[in-house]
Amino acid sequence: MGCVEDLGYEVLLSMASFKECREYVEKHFKEVYYVDPGFKIFEKRIIGVPPIALGIDGDTVILPYTKPCHGTYLLRVVSSDDVVMVRKSGRDKP
Amino acid sequence: MVEERNETLIILGCPEVPVQQALALHAADRLNDAGRDVLIAGNSAVLVLLKVSDPKKVYVKKMVELDRCIDELASGALTPSTCIVFAHNDAGISYATTIRYLFEGRLIVVVFGREAEDLAEQLEIPCEMIVEKAVHNPGKLRKKLDEVL
Repeated sequence: MGCVEDLGYEVLLSMASFKECREYVEKHFKEVYYVDPGFKIFEKRIIGVPPIALGIDGDTVILPYTKPCHGTYLLRVVSSDDVVMVRKSGRDKP
Repeated sequence: MVEERNETLIILGCPEVPVQQALALHAADRLNDAGRDVLIAGNSAVLVLLKVSDPKKVYVKKMVELDRCIDELASGALTPSTCIVFAHNDAGISYATTIRYLFEGRLIVVVFGREAEDLAEQLEIPCEMIVEKAVHNPGKLRKKLDEVL
């Protein structure tokens, strides 16, 4: 596992709200897990309003990434290890 | 290293709204005079603005990068007694909510900017909230902030 900035990522949504990111994940991905703010993944703490939805799609994790000046991005990051970690640590329901 | 608990942590959002920096420096001054340790967190843009505004560190004595601040709050390395969070956009509400999850002490959220009232409605956490549609004029917010400091 490494920092998301080093692993590379695909941007699914940009400059979105936390609510838009949650709705996108719930609508577009069959496998969804929920975590609380501060959940650590890719060496970063997830910033957001609970419940924070993370998607799993194959060997990728879909997660929100918040920047103070640019709102929240929804990113897709390839990492089999973190897919396993999210399945183990996340909740099935909000 | 565990910080002592006489510390107020001020967490700043994007510096695009002018009142934020004025109020942060004002709050730091008040808290310094009250004998409290003050730590200010922000992204690199915020921290550079503060460094240029206060080169002799009269008001801002300690600063920390925002991601590191969040990580240290989560790990327990940073344990302030009070947090003041400035929020003027959706990201600010996300940060304030995250701070509430990571910090059990006194939390004051200053919601400001043109969308202050709408944003305040999204803040569903236990905290003391100050709301004002201030952008350029910090007067009303300063008065409200003084009442809680």
